[in-house]
Amino acid sequence: MNQRIVEKLQSHFADSIVSVNEFREELTIVIKKNDIVKVCQFLRDDDELKFDSLRDVCGADYYRPEGRFEVVYNLYSLKNKFRMRLKVRVEEENVHVPSVTCVWQSADWAEREAYDMFGIIFDNHPDLRRIYMPEGFEYHPLRKEFPLMGIPGSLPLPRKN
Amino acid sequence: MADFSDLLVFTKLDELIKFARKNSLWPMPMGISCCAIEMMAFAGPRFDVSRFGSEAFRFSPRQSDLMIVAGTVTYKMSHVVRKIYDQMPDPKWVIAMGACTSSGGMYRSYSVVQGIDQFIPVDVYVAGCPPRPDNLLKGLMEIQKKIARGEKPGQKEKIYIEETFQV
Ligand code: SF4
Repeated sequence: MNQRIVEKLQSHFADSIVSVNEFREELTIVIKKNDIVKVCQFLRDDDELKFDSLRDVCGADYYRPEGRFEVVYNLYSLKNKFRMRLKVRVEEENVHVPSVTCVWQSADWAEREAYDMFGIIFDNHPDLRRIYMPEGFEYHPLRKEFPLMGIPGSLPLPRKN
Repeated sequence: MADFSDLLVFTKLDELIKFARKNSLWPMPMGISCCAIEMMAFAGPRFDVSRFGSEAFRFSPRQSDLMIVAGTVTYKMSHVVRKIYDQMPDPKWVIAMGACTSSGGMYRSYSVVQGIDQFIPVDVYVAGCPPRPDNLLKGLMEIQKKIARGEKPGQKEKIYIEETFQV
């Protein structure tokens, strides 16, 4: 199956693929950021692959000078009972990524989570709001530079008496 | 006419009110996470809080006078907890149930309030993760003792219920 996916993607999107990696039979493909919607659409609609379920979208912060963030898409094909993983790299200066909500509805909350925790902005998302942290909170807690115990005063408590 | 002469008990009005309050504490179950399950056991038939006149778990703050905060209070949730506390009529008591509520527990992180006493006065802290329901009963009995002694809620001296283990 892995072979087939790579072949298909390579024949259709040779320019969009940054790298292909297989580890313990898990397939990970890094895609160029701006082509992600296109590739996702293909993976969903292709009759043989049919990745019709987006199981998760998550962020990752590698805290490195280039391609600091990654957005990871975990796909599942109900037809083939098969999983694969897509990734895009995101630079710190430009945290915009096209939203895949137009391909899978389930991306909605998952992308909101990645936005809330890492500050990655998903363009064309229908409702990009915070999901865990209160509205108006200015930090993104899963970024590596955010202290574990938080920034004093950033989350107000109610008055005591 | 019935003869009430051997039924009459004389007491001070004050004592009568204390007695009534002590034996009709109505808990406001502020169950936020896993501790709430133990709190349900505390109300259920095995541990049976109704023996103490506290069977009426009212999910309405206006009818409750004892708030049992059971669970992990995040900063986002703290405003809700405070709002419910504010809506309860005086005199009102607070039990902090479990490690999370009392001290943040294992969640030493930006999102969890490291102890609800940072924003509401607590009368009894019950240790454990989660505390056994019988320990929570002990917490309730301590509140009853406080009422019987005529203490006011939210006083300086706190009561700490230690964890007990059963084999
Ligand atoms: S103290 Fe333990 S059982 Fe209670 S809410 Fe916290 S983690 Fe859950």
